[in-house]
Amino acid sequence: MDTAESSSNLKKIQVQRFKPDDNPDNHYLNEETGLWSWLTTVDHKKIGIMYLASITFFFFVGGLMALLVRTELWTPAKTFIEANTYNQLFTLHGAVMIFLFLVPSVPAALGNFILPLQLGAKDVAFPRLNLLSYYLYLAGSFIAIYAIFSGGIDTGWTFYTPYSSSTGGAVTTMTFGVFVIGFSSILTGVNFITTIHKMRAPGLSWDKLPLFCWGLYATSVIQILATPVLAITLALVAMERILGIGIFDPALGGDPVLYQHFFWFYSHPAVYIMIVPGFGVVSEIISTFSKKHIFGYWAIALSSLAIAFIGFLVWGHHMFVSGQATLASMVFSFLTFLVGIPTGIKMFNWTATLYKGSIKLASPLLYIFGFFFLFLVGGLTGIVLGSIALDVHLHDTYYVVAHFHFVMVGGMVMAFLAGLHYWWPKITGKMYNETMAKIACGIIFVGFNVTFLPQFVMGSQGMPRRYFNYIEQFQSFHQVSTIGSYILGLGFLMVFYYLVKSIYRGEQATSNPWGSRALEWQISTLPPLHNFHHTPVIVNGPYDYHKPMEEFQLGLAESGNGHGHDADLEVTKEGEDLSAE
Amino acid sequence: MANHSSSASESSRFMQHHFVDADQQFDAAKMGMWIFLVTEILFFGGLFAAYVIYRAWYPELFTLASEELNTLWGGVNTVVLIGSSLTVAMAIKSAQLNQKKNIAINLAITLALAAVFMVIKYFEWTHKFHIGIFPGEFYSFEGIDHPKANIFFSLYYLMTGLHGIHVVIGMGLMAWLLWRSLKGHFDSEYYTPVEITGLYWHLVDIIWIFLFPLFYLID
Repeated sequence: MDTAESSSNLKKIQVQRFKPDDNPDNHYLNEETGLWSWLTTVDHKKIGIMYLASITFFFFVGGLMALLVRTELWTPAKTFIEANTYNQLFTLHGAVMIFLFLVPSVPAALGNFILPLQLGAKDVAFPRLNLLSYYLYLAGSFIAIYAIFSGGIDTGWTFYTPYSSSTGGAVTTMTFGVFVIGFSSILTGVNFITTIHKMRAPGLSWDKLPLFCWGLYATSVIQILATPVLAITLALVAMERILGIGIFDPALGGDPVLYQHFFWFYSHPAVYIMIVPGFGVVSEIISTFSKKHIFGYWAIALSSLAIAFIGFLVWGHHMFVSGQATLASMVFSFLTFLVGIPTGIKMFNWTATLYKGSIKLASPLLYIFGFFFLFLVGGLTGIVLGSIALDVHLHDTYYVVAHFHFVMVGGMVMAFLAGLHYWWPKITGKMYNETMAKIACGIIFVGFNVTFLPQFVMGSQGMPRRYFNYIEQFQSFHQVSTIGSYILGLGFLMVFYYLVKSIYRGEQATSNPWGSRALEWQISTLPPLHNFHHTPVIVNGPYDYHKPMEEFQLGLAESGNGHGHDADLEVTKEGEDLSAE
Repeated sequence: MANHSSSASESSRFMQHHFVDADQQFDAAKMGMWIFLVTEILFFGGLFAAYVIYRAWYPELFTLASEELNTLWGGVNTVVLIGSSLTVAMAIKSAQLNQKKNIAINLAITLALAAVFMVIKYFEWTHKFHIGIFPGEFYSFEGIDHPKANIFFSLYYLMTGLHGIHVVIGMGLMAWLLWRSLKGHFDSEYYTPVEITGLYWHLVDIIWIFLFPLFYLID
């Protein structure tokens, strides 16, 4: 171990700089082994990996359903499945992708693994609660799968009443499954906020908090404020079906539009649950691969919170044609445009960070560039849909389908893949095949555009979403789109292939293959069981590229000396003394 | 709340590996509970929003139907719950003062008061079922002259029912705390579970304090 010792008279904390091991003998994967140790683990890293495996599985399930839906649309009439099956397929595609993949992907999988490492904590604040969250997620997904086999549902993933409260099928079971998954999401949010507030290493003040943590923080705020409303709404749908309580049924005095208000009060913010942590990933990768301090740190950090806040005020833009008051629609339209401001701030700051940076065009950054382009298209078409007059024309057409796929898949999935590639060496200790990663990124990008660009065109020409039969005029667009979806699927399979292969055949990763300054790269690869042998003291922030790596100051206090969470500022000062010596 | 002492030897029994000291563990637990309570408020918030909308739509119905609820028993239950909030606060205070026996006594009283609440609730509900006041489409009572009378009682059953579930969960937590306090787990060095369960119990109490006037006292 390479140590450069120095000590401070101010607080009498001995601060040392350690060079982390590249391949330590004891790490989190081999200290406890066997299936039982995984199932009962409270280690956030293992729980993160369990989430990763689960969401990958559901991603392929949801993706397979998407391919079946697209294949069915090859011809204007029936191609190979019945209309009823088709309805169930697009419903389940939506529900699986959103509740089982998109919502937990970055926060629960990557966030669980990375957050405590970036905070210098040994674990999240409530490790057992964390494991409980995972099992709730698993239980909810089993219930959802059970619903598929006990009748299926064809309501669309939005479960709109009165159809959902009167149709046959397993709507009650499905909503119960989503309810349980929502509970998992809430507990993860509670855990993350507490962890960020209470578990930061000495010296890690709020202005040094990595932007990924800020992104997760904003996400958690949305999770805890929005998810309970979805939970009660779905409980009401279940009650409506079981007891006929009449909250949503007009015949009993209820109001179906109330359901839409409740549902979108969750589900619009949920869009930001899916995308805001992705923004955090982008910030980390941009800084690391341009070797520059992030431009406009506070602007990026606070714009995440601004998006979270504004996200709660815009749900009515899903209801322009539902019969809500015109004035309400106008207000919601105006507020919707406001979301563009913090999002634009982020985009400009990322561009400014890249400007004159020492850019290394590795695959994580390549995925981020894909994110930029696709998310920009998704965002701009969102402005079109936020305009009332245009939305009345485009509502429930393929234009909307293309828009949210650009945001969700083009934005979120690209950011998720970027983050997965970026942290893969830290998670597995192995390097993947960089050439294949770049090729796959290109295939995904091309496949994605071939799939969804035609949908903008046919949507604007009036092709409604979710239709089983369509007029022949749209056939060529549908066929191009279907071909694109196969290319896209191929790209994802390729990613899966080389990442899994790297676990067995990949070359060993060093502790900091990208030369990043962020804390998670300053510890061993693979990380030790409790992350840090010594309490880290943060001297230089995660984006401090002003000095060469050898002079990068990350203090590691002797275990036990680095006192907790509220000693931030004093220790930082001490660090500045250190660097002056 | 008083500062939590962190002399390591006493509290190390329940100190978890990933915290630096007992203070941090206590603060984290408390903060986590507060955030969870925020989610609980929003969970009920959906129902309160529905209540506001339907009361605005059918104001005369809410006045009429409210008369079917028994204000006396509702009032008794309010007193019972406020009393239980007091005893749970006293349990926390006893822990801080290191009066180990009083922790258990106060927890036992809290548990008993919660049970009284549920028993009264049981009689209220079964009485209504008896005369045909059921939620939603099963509603068959003819004593209220309003076509949408089921809406009021649907909300009543949903909101008091959800509250009742929270009371039952609280009783489970109280029983667990009682068992642990009898084993001597809690003292002035370590009483985090008592404190955060107390927070939860206060929330259950507060929600009832809103439900009582909203359903029973409409005039």
